[in-house]
Amino acid sequence: MSTNGSVGLVQPQQLTFAEDEPFQLDSGASLGPMTVAYETYGQLNADRTNAILITHALSGSAHAAGYHQPDEAKTGWWDDCIGPGKAFDTNKFFIICSNVLGGCYGSTGPASPEPATGKPYGMRFPVVTIGDMVRAQVRLIDHLGIDSLLCVAGGSMGGMQALEWAAHYPHRLKAAIPIATTAHHSPMLIALSEVGRQAIYADPAWNNGDYYDAGLKPDAGLAVARMVGHITYLSEESMQQKFGRRLQDQVRYGYEFRSEFQVESYLKYKGHNFTRRFDANSYLYVTKAMDYFDLSAETGSVAAAFANSADLHYLVLSFTSDWLYPSYHSKELVSALTAAGADVTYLDVQSSWGHDAFLLEVETMTKLLSGFLERLVQSERVALPPGFPPAGSPKEQTKTEAAA
Amino acid sequence: MSGEAEPSAPPRLTVSSESPVLLRSDLLAIADMVPAGSRVLDLGCGDGALLEYLVRSKQVTGRGVERSEEGMLACVRRGLSVRQGNLEEGLADYPDASFDSVILSQTLPFLNDPAMILSEMLRVGSRAIVSFPNWGFWRCRLEMLVAGRMPQVFDLAERWYEAPRWQAFTVADFCDFCHHLGFGILEEIYLSRSRRLKSPHYKNLRATTAVFALQRF
Repeated sequence: MSTNGSVGLVQPQQLTFAEDEPFQLDSGASLGPMTVAYETYGQLNADRTNAILITHALSGSAHAAGYHQPDEAKTGWWDDCIGPGKAFDTNKFFIICSNVLGGCYGSTGPASPEPATGKPYGMRFPVVTIGDMVRAQVRLIDHLGIDSLLCVAGGSMGGMQALEWAAHYPHRLKAAIPIATTAHHSPMLIALSEVGRQAIYADPAWNNGDYYDAGLKPDAGLAVARMVGHITYLSEESMQQKFGRRLQDQVRYGYEFRSEFQVESYLKYKGHNFTRRFDANSYLYVTKAMDYFDLSAETGSVAAAFANSADLHYLVLSFTSDWLYPSYHSKELVSALTAAGADVTYLDVQSSWGHDAFLLEVETMTKLLSGFLERLVQSERVALPPGFPPAGSPKEQTKTEAAA
Repeated sequence: MSGEAEPSAPPRLTVSSESPVLLRSDLLAIADMVPAGSRVLDLGCGDGALLEYLVRSKQVTGRGVERSEEGMLACVRRGLSVRQGNLEEGLADYPDASFDSVILSQTLPFLNDPAMILSEMLRVGSRAIVSFPNWGFWRCRLEMLVAGRMPQVFDLAERWYEAPRWQAFTVADFCDFCHHLGFGILEEIYLSRSRRLKSPHYKNLRATTAVFALQRF
């Protein structure tokens, strides 16, 4: 059985809805029409019970696996874990990933045209929440004709969406896999978000969000926001390993103010790269959505938020060196779920990669995810999709080779 | 199912759905005390061999707590529901009477506060099942008397100075301890190495391993 297969070429798809009746948001505002960009991998089985929704983090997109162009080197953001024989095995499961509401990868967001004027919304786009993002995903799942997802899985902000699904739509999923996340955004996380947003506001090119028709974008501000973000995704140990105090392209200090250390040029490079692929206004809206995330707000406690979700299965993962979403956030969540009587599997994975570990600790994650999903397949009696090739059969090998 | 086929040292065990289940005899003794179809919490469940056996052969609803990442990964691979956790932090998350049986297998000598753990086990579950090595076994007594050294017990590979550190006690000590805490002994099984003792006569001399089922009076 292939363990490193690719889903191959994938076709981005779009769903537009709320054309007649506007989509209501948590803020009281509404949107319509609305578009959700999504991709799917693998096949839905006959009784539509093998669907898994993957939810992305702050800067992610619907493109979670495979590639868009035949000669493209860059694959989807979670290609290590999604594909034939991988943790989210596309031979067995129908995988869905959609771009969040407010994002800039095909779903409606601040860069989309406002119906009334035909011009980009900019800051006229209503503030959205994780709850709104999930409600849009529910519309997508309805459209795909799926009553109940086998599971919703995601890391960081993706984990918040998985928790939102579990807390508010317990009858629409069997299991949730929140990874390196929290049930409520902490003051420190809000503070870090705000530093990023302030960097964007401070860029004159931001122009109150009205820059789409101008020649200049607030690239400098967005790059600083991303640099701050990147620092929080690493750990001191991983920075030490990756860069140490090494200098870039020079052997001695230059005693001047340009990026001399490797860590500086890395951050600058990452920041600059980000401006070529991400919209500054989306950064504001998506970070704001995370800041509002607090599952205990309505019910008074995290445990109460999951009172109706005790029948679900949970796999909660944190990473020992993640200081952005430290393990105690996950432990609090696990305590609440245990108190609710839910079936919780939890591991604080030993890792030096910081928050980024959820994308990097592929081997451990694959063991955990595939073990957990295999149990779900058994307990929920999930039928495999039509034409599922038994392990090691010649048919399957041909298929995998064709995909690769 | 009996515990006849047994290696002599504290053995590694293999359980899979295809091969016949081979479970260490002390774990099998615990399994015999667990009613079929009940709710079970296994504290310090290791690689999950016992819990998997209980889930497959006795159709229990099983949950485990394990500290090591290695054990956790093995449990998840077996398809078990296991939480990483430290027993010393207690079982505060679990509601009262949420399990029928709470198991503590071969872990008691390593605990800093055994009374707290046993009380918690009997808060969370209606019965506690506990197994431990018996330092009252005649060979241990002889070794102490003749060699003047702290005896090595059958179920424990670590020496006294190796981590985690253990506390030596005997069947008689444990019975006193239960009496002192007000716990009633429901069932008891004694093993000499891997064989079950047929009579409880001179159990503290003859048993290498003891398995108790306890409840609150």
